Amino acid sequence: MSKLIYLDNAATTKTAPEVLDAMLPYFSEFYGNPSSIYDFAQKSKEAVTKGRQQIADVLNAKKEEIYFTAGGSEADNWALKATFEAYKSKGNHIITTKIEHHAILHTCEYLEKERGAKITYLDVDENGIVRLDELEKAITPETILISVMFANNEIGSIQPIKEIGRIAREHGILFHTDAVQAFCQVPIDVDEYNIDMLSSSGHKINGPKGIGFLYIRKGVKIKSFVHGGAQERKRRAGTENVPGIVGYGAAAERAMKNMKERTEKEIELRDYLINRLTTEIPYSRLNGDRVKRLPNNVNVSFQFIEGESMLLMLDQNGICGSSGSACTSGSLDPSHVLLAIGLPHEIAHGSLRLTLSEETTKEDLEFTVDKLKEIVQYLRSMSPLYEDFMKNQK
Amino acid sequence: MYSEKVMDHFQHPRNVGEIEDASGVGTVGNAKCGDIMRMFLDIDDETHIIKECKFKTFGCGAAVATSSMATEMVKGKTIEEAMQITNKAVMEALDGLPPVKVHCSLLAEEAIHAALWDYAQKHGIVIEGLDKPKSDISEGEEEEEY
Repeated sequence: MSKLIYLDNAATTKTAPEVLDAMLPYFSEFYGNPSSIYDFAQKSKEAVTKGRQQIADVLNAKKEEIYFTAGGSEADNWALKATFEAYKSKGNHIITTKIEHHAILHTCEYLEKERGAKITYLDVDENGIVRLDELEKAITPETILISVMFANNEIGSIQPIKEIGRIAREHGILFHTDAVQAFCQVPIDVDEYNIDMLSSSGHKINGPKGIGFLYIRKGVKIKSFVHGGAQERKRRAGTENVPGIVGYGAAAERAMKNMKERTEKEIELRDYLINRLTTEIPYSRLNGDRVKRLPNNVNVSFQFIEGESMLLMLDQNGICGSSGSACTSGSLDPSHVLLAIGLPHEIAHGSLRLTLSEETTKEDLEFTVDKLKEIVQYLRSMSPLYEDFMKNQK
Repeated sequence: MYSEKVMDHFQHPRNVGEIEDASGVGTVGNAKCGDIMRMFLDIDDETHIIKECKFKTFGCGAAVATSSMATEMVKGKTIEEAMQITNKAVMEALDGLPPVKVHCSLLAEEAIHAALWDYAQKHGIVIEGLDKPKSDISEGEEEEEY
């Protein structure tokens, strides 16, 4: 088989070799528990402090405002559940969007069903962007939290976070953003954007899996979600994942250093891929905003074919991608994000997401486009939908 | 995720295409759920033997593989024998399907029945045990939570 062309960097990324190198000593050399008092454990404690600072620097936050978790999903769960518990005497209303990650949506459903929360799920426009007037209209005296993702994981649309933060601040409502896809991809300043809480995950930025964090602005009164120890300023118990934190910090610092150069290159390649796919393959469309878009995200729908078949055939050519079709989600419905931007089911089933990395080359994309043209044509040749469409054209 | 047999039938599907002036054509499934199968049969009116069987499918790997396997199983059979082919038999012939894809094998069984129904309608005959096909395969199927 040909070489691996990995275009699923929104799912996870390769741990960068220098990140791994930074982590390794903290497994079997400096394995002390940061909470221990002997000198040997100081190395571990220092490593955690350094990692926390490296992360805080990306956000213009203080290191005391970074709380490490096991990943982005835990951070999202914590932000929503703990905010609701801490502020429910003030109100029970949370505003979010229809295009959030399931870590937000399913947590909201839980709060609705089990805890008596009222949730507003905002619609988005056809490009997957929240409408600010609808956000303002949704606010009630009971609203305690607005949670809107920074950038969407499927279609890459970047939300007007600064404006949302301003609206939240004006109304005295807490603002949380799931920045799992945006962290280190676009500049984020928690003060400038009035962000009170922010979730992120290590493995999306060439760091390790199993580590994430929740930024909690000083003064936000949410309580511990995991009980049993004094770690993370008593807000998240459990011995720190020292190698994970070291790797996460190293990955964040590395990603910030090369952000401009990396994202400029990715945007150029992204646009090349979008242009070729949407002009050279008939009956295709780009999903998500053309401009307000993550630098590495391409999401295209091809009519009359189904996404999983496309992925299997790409896989045979060594190309890794993902799809919003029902068959890849384990349910009968295609991606909730694609439905939220107004795609009919059958077009949502034929979606393909390709997400680039700093290692992606133009040659990789040329090969991918060539293969995709063959695959789409082949799958259409066996599609009864295409047959019917062509007959009706005549 | 898929057995070798499923992958083989997905990568090299047998009997893809159409039969012009087919004796029976059946289409099942819906685009909303992401799979549609269309089966074409060429049946000998004297012997009721299915001489030729072709398919077109919009759907996932399992949908293509079950269509392909179903056409293989139907070819050369009499109508009565074809009526005995169940979704379970198609699944077993493919060395199994992941639980979420059992739906696709039901679609294959329905597609055979729908094509036979069309044949029976056109020829004014009654095929024992054959009911009018459901227009929507997913009717009554509950969406499971994962």
